[in-house]
Amino acid sequence: MIDEAASSDDVTTIINDQASRLFRDLITPKLLASCEREPSPAGVWASIEESGLPLALVEEQYGGIGLSLAATGGLFALAGYHTVPFPLVETIIAHALWAKAAGGTLNGPASIAPANFSDRVSIETCSDGYRLAGGIRSVPWGSQAENIVVFAQAGSGDDFLVLLPGFLTWSTISSNLAGEPRADMVLSGIIIPGDRVRPAPPGLDQGLMRIGALARAFQMVGAMRRAIEHAVQYAGERQQFGRPIAKFQAIQQMLAEAAGHLAASEAACTRAAAEMETPDHLFFAAAAKARAGEAAGRVAEICHQVHGAMGFTQEHPLHFATRRLWSWRDEFGGEAQWQEVVGRTVCAGGGHALWPRLSAHS
Amino acid sequence: MNRFKFDTPRLPPEALSEQARARAFLADEIADQRYPAHLTSWSSFDAGFSRRAGAAGFIGMTWPKAYGGRELSSLARFAVTAEMLAAGAPSFAHWIADRQSGPQILAHGSERAKRDILPRICRGECFFGIGMSEPNSGSDLAAVRTKATRHDDGWHINGSKIWTSNAHHAHYLIVLARTGEAGDSRHGGLTQFIADLAQPGVDIRPIYNLAGAHEFNEVFFDDFLVPDDMMVGEAGSGWDMVTRELAFERSGPDRFLSDYRLLIELIERVGTEPDARQAVEIGRLVTHLISLLGMSLSVAELLDRGESPNLEAALVKDVGTNFEREVPEVARRLVAVEPSMDREGDIFAQAAAQIILNAPSFTLRGGTREILRGMIARGMGLR
Repeated sequence: MIDEAASSDDVTTIINDQASRLFRDLITPKLLASCEREPSPAGVWASIEESGLPLALVEEQYGGIGLSLAATGGLFALAGYHTVPFPLVETIIAHALWAKAAGGTLNGPASIAPANFSDRVSIETCSDGYRLAGGIRSVPWGSQAENIVVFAQAGSGDDFLVLLPGFLTWSTISSNLAGEPRADMVLSGIIIPGDRVRPAPPGLDQGLMRIGALARAFQMVGAMRRAIEHAVQYAGERQQFGRPIAKFQAIQQMLAEAAGHLAASEAACTRAAAEMETPDHLFFAAAAKARAGEAAGRVAEICHQVHGAMGFTQEHPLHFATRRLWSWRDEFGGEAQWQEVVGRTVCAGGGHALWPRLSAHS
Repeated sequence: MNRFKFDTPRLPPEALSEQARARAFLADEIADQRYPAHLTSWSSFDAGFSRRAGAAGFIGMTWPKAYGGRELSSLARFAVTAEMLAAGAPSFAHWIADRQSGPQILAHGSERAKRDILPRICRGECFFGIGMSEPNSGSDLAAVRTKATRHDDGWHINGSKIWTSNAHHAHYLIVLARTGEAGDSRHGGLTQFIADLAQPGVDIRPIYNLAGAHEFNEVFFDDFLVPDDMMVGEAGSGWDMVTRELAFERSGPDRFLSDYRLLIELIERVGTEPDARQAVEIGRLVTHLISLLGMSLSVAELLDRGESPNLEAALVKDVGTNFEREVPEVARRLVAVEPSMDREGDIFAQAAAQIILNAPSFTLRGGTREILRGMIARGMGLR
């Protein structure tokens, strides 16, 4: 048991070290800026694919690395820290879901949908396979993905995963605040052949929202860490009144508050990852997204305040982290929506049922 | 930037079985109405409760069996402590001894101090107070002026301490006193002593707090004698010891569960079908609580490994006590209430009153929010 745990920790460390080096080398401010104007360069994505990272969650029998979702959280946070301008996180999740549902692997960048609480996709059998209805909006990187794994519900109550080809026509292509592409598609009338439809694996409460939300929470932890590091560095360098502004208590107090938000968000994510296989997985994932989402706004605000006007320029890289924080907190459900999920669950059980739920760290 | 360490561990089986035992013990206490859970907390003094908790083996759990302990892990203690807090257990009689004085004596005390004192703490019969703050030494602890001077019969203590919780109930205070020069760092020349309050030369005067309660005191020492073997550690080692002790004092679940009972009453009052605003606000509080449990648990594990997670502890206390300050404010926004201590039968109004009147202390005791943030900033490399 102990050896097994140690060796899986080792694998996680190796993967994360490798990812750190790769991201540090590849993700430059110049690349980040260009990816907001034009499609992310295929050559850089090829380097990421070569590293095997997109298969992090895929079981080893299907050619993946076989990390647990708990262990993959660290990789998601790294992707957030380096503000990776590719659908790496979405691809990792899509590949893992499809491998689990269909037993095969995918190639190329991929994404998942629906990515918000309001979209519903329904599915019914027809002579050529399956007919879809409904629509998906703001699909992350949808227009640059080869496949989108879509959660669809049949009238019978059965849930399916649909492997939607990315080359189909997107009705709208927009971008989030960080210039990451988001795309809408009307699905009504689209026919999908049977080999691209599988029964959904068990445990997909709220469709793919839970897993998407938790991934964004981890990404926000990484981006918050990056923003705070920028602020600490800047505060040490920027001189006013004859000394670095880091020496002023007003600056220190703000950044200490930011550190508290970061630590709290990380703890909520860690707990959610640990609860992935328990009956309360949705509850704790909801808490993680809500806590990190709340923290993201405050941390971004503090880090900008510390940077003064310099942080408000395109020239300074702070905005690569903070613009993502402002978008990611609303993607896969904003904090108020997830807080409501947590609150309704808690109230339904009554005040005295809360403690046994929270204290079962087993 | 330094990375603060928060690797939330799982509770091992031993901790889970202690958790279950504590839960059953507390359920009996509440069923027998031995304390009013909506009004009490860890800062409520009840010697009878502490004796029962001691008899059940919930005090000094991590200490060696030779001194009355059970040699369990810090994680087992964490689980039990959290149960006590969640149940509003009136634990203050033994709280300080169990949380920090006992561990301090165990680590640095003489053999006699350990043999005399620790087993009595474990039985819930021996209570402690902390003699750190002075009238002119609050946040600036290094400014301590109480003096201990060496004589043939031991150490003579002269000076005064203030805000000493429990002093009027306690058997001992651990007193931080100046025994030598402070030096450039200002941290030298401080030493801790175990003061037996049954001895002559000590005068304890009450200070009533704004809630009308007598919890803290001013304590005057006039040639108060402490035998050599009641000095804790080496002369001059007081600062390091106090710093380490504060990691225990600041990281525990008592830094975010002081008003957990009000949260329970709020949820009960709102009922099983909250409106959206109630669900959002309650949900938000619960997400904060989940984070804090994880942060605090991970510090417990670092302490178990013998590390000194002073900064992580400061973060737990800063984030935790800010949460505690928010609970009553959210509660009164969600449910119309006119808080009252003596509105009998209205549990929510009474719980709200109790917390609102005590909340100012949450972000003061054990280090103010501002001092903690200064420490955190230093850990981030800003100072």
